[in-house]
Amino acid sequence: MTDPTSPGPADKQPAGPGPSKSGTATAVPPEAIRAIPVRHPLRWVSAAVVLALLGLLVYAFANADIEWGDVPEYLFADRVIEAAGKTLLVTVLAMLLGVVLGIVLAIMRLSDNPVTSAFANLYIWFFRGTPVLLQLLLWYNLGLVFQTLNLGPFYKNEMTDVMTPFMAALLGLGLNEAAYMAEIVRAGIQSVDEGQTEASHALGMSQGKTMRRIVLPQAMRVIVPPTGNEFINMLKTSSLAMVIQYTELTFVATEISTTRLNPMEMYIVVAIWYLAMTSVFSVIQYYIERHYAKGSVRQLPPTPWQKIRRSVFSGPRLMGTR
Amino acid sequence: MTAMVKAEGVHKSFGPAHVLKGVDLEVAPREVFCVVGPSGSGKSTFLRCINHLEKINAGRLYVDGHLVGYRQHGNKLHELKDKEVAAQRRDIGMVFQRFNLFPHMTALENVMEAPVQVKRESKATARERAMRLLDRVGLADKAGGYPTQLSGGQQQRVAIARALAMEPKLMLFDEPTSALDPELVGEVLDVMRDLAESGMTMLVVTHEMGFAREVGDALVFMDDGAVVESGHPRDVLTNPQHQRTKTFLSKVL
Repeated sequence: MTDPTSPGPADKQPAGPGPSKSGTATAVPPEAIRAIPVRHPLRWVSAAVVLALLGLLVYAFANADIEWGDVPEYLFADRVIEAAGKTLLVTVLAMLLGVVLGIVLAIMRLSDNPVTSAFANLYIWFFRGTPVLLQLLLWYNLGLVFQTLNLGPFYKNEMTDVMTPFMAALLGLGLNEAAYMAEIVRAGIQSVDEGQTEASHALGMSQGKTMRRIVLPQAMRVIVPPTGNEFINMLKTSSLAMVIQYTELTFVATEISTTRLNPMEMYIVVAIWYLAMTSVFSVIQYYIERHYAKGSVRQLPPTPWQKIRRSVFSGPRLMGTR
Repeated sequence: MTAMVKAEGVHKSFGPAHVLKGVDLEVAPREVFCVVGPSGSGKSTFLRCINHLEKINAGRLYVDGHLVGYRQHGNKLHELKDKEVAAQRRDIGMVFQRFNLFPHMTALENVMEAPVQVKRESKATARERAMRLLDRVGLADKAGGYPTQLSGGQQQRVAIARALAMEPKLMLFDEPTSALDPELVGEVLDVMRDLAESGMTMLVVTHEMGFAREVGDALVFMDDGAVVESGHPRDVLTNPQHQRTKTFLSKVL
């Protein structure tokens, strides 16, 4: 492999069977090809158009009636930070609920027992077939039809005390997510070659061990990327919980703006928070995917850190070596 | 001496397809027993019945004197539980046409997996034996490589080492060289020849007539779900009695 950090040698590919000027066979020296590159005038035009449009957008916002000072002022306001924490909390917990329940539903769906697989199908049919917003409202208003939650000798309480906005948001988002996760996990399990299960069984490994040690680790490669997407979706979908009075980011931004009369400023603040959180999770997702790619690619791609370190320590690269 | 494998009138159907139509055969301990025949003749299916990857529909199948997959009380058969089937399979190694190595593990981890997980062996013991086995198949230097980094022939040799790690008393080979490039076939056959010389009982479904003639102690020709002809490989391959055997051999030799 040629070292991509050094600009010179990468160009010194043998030029193939070119015309030999002299009669000696060993002659053609491995020198860099210096050809005049193909011109791409349209690239310049399209780049200019994009930059112009971008400039107009920035100009429009700069001249809009926006109190820009409000953005840094509220970005780290206590209420906003607390709301961001609540968004993160309900996202993580609902996702956890969704993943665990999703794995259970996927295994139920793939089981030979017709009752369990039919139940899993019914569950998925209902929770995928109705809007999340509606599901949140259903959970939140459960107290209207069930006055008390009675779990026999274990637990008994007024439904309105149990079904707080947080609980309703957690259940609404988590149970909905489970339906989607079930399908993702099922696809992952089914993507693993049947020969893997056979080889594992032939070695005397039990059903459970085969699932845990052989099938699931390979299924993870298929499961992780869409799960990352689901997580990022969940971060954003959690904003729907504002309709059931859960004091997450969007709710708090709206609340502050009703007294300060600065909705746009507050929504920009919130947008920055969402972007920051989704960006952080994208990076985490990259590393998880890389972990499960082990064995499926011959050479793992370098992490962003490794790329940065390599380019810093090898100095600037010459233009046009690619 | 009990036969290592004994089949009595084994039948197997997949839905309407009647794949095995009464297979009878006996494999003696320490024997290299080859099964040849045209594709679709049921030889791979028969092999997979021996470690209960497929359930037979009729007949009896014994490995080392024990009924495969069932327990007999009087004249009633009881299906064995998953755990009991798994226990039976421990003593039977299997090598697949498409290797089926675990791609998320290195060669060494592939070989160590079953002894550690099934026999609850310590990692140190399992690693030591795995290294010895990898050395035996000539791949000690590839211990840390993942299956995708190995050639087909190397993968199949690791697969043989993986099966041997459970110290089986019987090895099943399901067309072990059919998925290999021609120049890689030899290295796998060499390992199998070495294994045969060490006295392992081997049941080999193969298209390698040269190997069968040279290493095999017994051979059956299967066609259309039944054994057509059996005998010593030299006799069957050079002097076939049955017309179907003659036709088949004239195509492959």
